[in-house]
Amino acid sequence: MPALPLEEAGKYVAGAYVVFLALIVIYVAIIGAKIARIERQVSELLELTAEDGSVDRAPAGERASVG
Amino acid sequence: MGAVFSKGLRPVATAAAVTTLAGFALVFFYAPLDADQGFVQKIFYVHVPMAIVALGGFVAGGIMAIRHLRTGDSSWDMRSYVAIHLSIILGTGVLITGAIWAKASWGHWWVWDEPVLVSFLIVFLLYCVYYPLRFSIEDPERQARYSSVFAIAAGAFVPINFTAVRLAEAVTHPRVLSQTGGSLPGEMRFTFLVCLLAMVLLFVTLWKLELTSKRASMQLKRLRTRLELRAETAG
Repeated sequence: MPALPLEEAGKYVAGAYVVFLALIVIYVAIIGAKIARIERQVSELLELTAEDGSVDRAPAGERASVG
Repeated sequence: MGAVFSKGLRPVATAAAVTTLAGFALVFFYAPLDADQGFVQKIFYVHVPMAIVALGGFVAGGIMAIRHLRTGDSSWDMRSYVAIHLSIILGTGVLITGAIWAKASWGHWWVWDEPVLVSFLIVFLLYCVYYPLRFSIEDPERQARYSSVFAIAAGAFVPINFTAVRLAEAVTHPRVLSQTGGSLPGEMRFTFLVCLLAMVLLFVTLWKLELTSKRASMQLKRLRTRLELRAETAG
């Protein structure tokens, strides 16, 4: 098959690179959302335990490393 | 939380971003146009590194599974799971970008009599079985053990399958890497190697990122259970 003209080939090349970038962006967004949810839940738990006085507040460094 | 897995995440992520940008710049501003395929051949620089890294990830998942069975350390099972999970995502990308390239070059989205395409699809479908197998087992220890056995068997199948395909005669799909060094000119080869390095670094970054998230999630669950138990005993 002869090589496609640049305008037509450009659509296919752009399509392939968009698929690649979309996969990476969606993946990072999902993992990022998961980590944000975990951070929020940890904060909620820490607030609850601080109110009860049952568990000492975690050190700041430990909380930061969640993300 | 997750400090073991997130260790070194930032430098690897930075290296991955820089190498990916450099790779893209080389693809569009440095690598020459292919004499036969023209501009469409640029898909090669994303499609082939993705395929190599996906297959490498499957094999790495098998090696991690061996370590899990040998040591009994469940963190190796988690590492293996994440490597396979990421490889399946990259495999999806390989199939889609491959179909786009095939349509542009050959006029068809898929060619069933080409061993490279069909063998990759077989490997991909084989690994799709990993999810139902893993998540149909409730007991965590059994789940990890059975998944590791699957990862080892399937991981061994990948190089066997690759060798068998190399021995088969190519119909339409080009051979990129060969014992004689392939037929890539210098600029194309350099660009390809940078793109391959970028893909490896991207894989390691995403692998570490997901492991950090999984580890944090597990520790959160443990903390919750402990607090519930404490509340029950206090009540």
